Amino acid sequence: MTTIGDGALGKTHAQPARDSRPGAAQGPATRSRPRRWFIKPALFLVLSLPLAMLLLRLFGIGGLGLGANPIEELMDTLGLWGLRILLLTLCVSPLASLLRKPWIMGLRRMVGLFAFTYLALHFLVWLVLDKWFDWRAIVEDVAERPFITIGATALLMLLPLAVTSTKRWMRRLGRRWQQLHRLVYPAAILGVWHFWWQVKADWREPLVYALALALLFAWRIRRSRARR
Amino acid sequence: MTRRSTAGPCDPRPSEITPARIYYNRRQVLAALAAAPALSLPGSSRAAAASDLEPNSFEDITTYNNFYEFGTDKSDPAKRSGDFRPRPWSVAVTGEVGKPGTYDLEDILRPHTKEERIYRLRCVEAWSMVIPWLGFPLGELLKRFEPTSRAKYVAFKTVLRPKEMPGQRFPVLEWPYVEGLRIDEAMHPLTLLATGLYGKPLPNQNGAPLRLVVPWKYGFKSIKSIVEIRLTEQQPPTAWNRSAPHEYGFYANVNPQVDHPRWSQASERRIGSGLFAPRQPTLMFNGYAEQVASLYRGMDLRKHY
Repeated sequence: MTTIGDGALGKTHAQPARDSRPGAAQGPATRSRPRRWFIKPALFLVLSLPLAMLLLRLFGIGGLGLGANPIEELMDTLGLWGLRILLLTLCVSPLASLLRKPWIMGLRRMVGLFAFTYLALHFLVWLVLDKWFDWRAIVEDVAERPFITIGATALLMLLPLAVTSTKRWMRRLGRRWQQLHRLVYPAAILGVWHFWWQVKADWREPLVYALALALLFAWRIRRSRARR
Repeated sequence: MTRRSTAGPCDPRPSEITPARIYYNRRQVLAALAAAPALSLPGSSRAAAASDLEPNSFEDITTYNNFYEFGTDKSDPAKRSGDFRPRPWSVAVTGEVGKPGTYDLEDILRPHTKEERIYRLRCVEAWSMVIPWLGFPLGELLKRFEPTSRAKYVAFKTVLRPKEMPGQRFPVLEWPYVEGLRIDEAMHPLTLLATGLYGKPLPNQNGAPLRLVVPWKYGFKSIKSIVEIRLTEQQPPTAWNRSAPHEYGFYANVNPQVDHPRWSQASERRIGSGLFAPRQPTLMFNGYAEQVASLYRGMDLRKHY
């Protein structure tokens, strides 16, 4: 029998898996499971594609390149995909609910860790290739450039989430796991803000992400109201 | 396209018109000097002396552009300027001049001897290139039209053609793009009207067929695809200043001590230096301090950013 698993739907401890919500499929869950086994590896591949493309471009394979400013291109691409996948992570819960397929929640950890990976790489490229470990310049940037302060804070918020993403940590933290992982919300807001604040004049792309985030929050606010 | 120095007291510096072969040798001499601290040139950093005059590749110069009329990605101008027609072209010279009029581009260009000028270009975004322009001093053109005594500023305007310039279909900036200089900045021998680069006519993405190059200011001052030059008594509006007045000023002189509100201007990334090169320190007036600092004597450059 499937367990609903991750704490997002309010269950942080093992229970017989009876999904009593209206519309949930009753009966043996094994009937649909054989068709689903490939979804996680497939999603893994899809989420790796931007990174693979970046590596091809980095090594100049197939005539591809990073352009005249490779460091900026690396940082921007990693940051953009990190933000997109982070927003995707926030789509998992609404998707699982709207499609009434609770097994989708099982994908959320992988998507979240992909987001963290891209964003950690984005930060490392900045630290190593742009700043060259110049700690004075780094500290000055983080302290004095608000958009960098915001970016660093967002990443710092995601760090404990990545570390505590395993089932073992879920058990260790119990209900506090759910509270800790709410940090994804301010992290996502700061991430969009960090992007918005770098744009010189063309706010269209960050606006799209801000709207997506607003929608994802609206759904959650509605759901938490409906539960009361 | 000829390469001769202009006669007169406002000669370009020999370093700016020397044939490439001698250029690269000079660079090696400078590199040797810079490597020996006791002999290094006063006021220049090691990075500046060794690499400041090596032009970027034609590919880099023509594929990494800020030309929002064609889109806001760096690759957009190269990709989306194919429909742009730089000919036929006319330029209106108007305002405080004795001989205003609209002229065919050939009539504008014909009397002037074009020469190669290798200039640093520093973008406000903190990246820079070295570009071998082909052009002639703006001052020479202005003198032909006899500015009156009321001409205190020179205003420029870019063409407005949303059909050929897809970025103009959306008001990322107020179109058409406008810029301006003080009259002494416009008449300065370094200020160039450029018609080519690497000895070839300007590609569309670099501001064909006629653009300004003001090497001691941030790149957004070097307005592209010029259709109007107007001499005025009042300081003219400029596109980026209209867009974000507290971030982009009228003067926009390259100045490592005056940061952009959101990022530092103390260092820059030299395009073409590769994946593993550190950033380089930004030079006051982009390295042209000796030639232009006198224009700003007594001015608070923090206030007049």
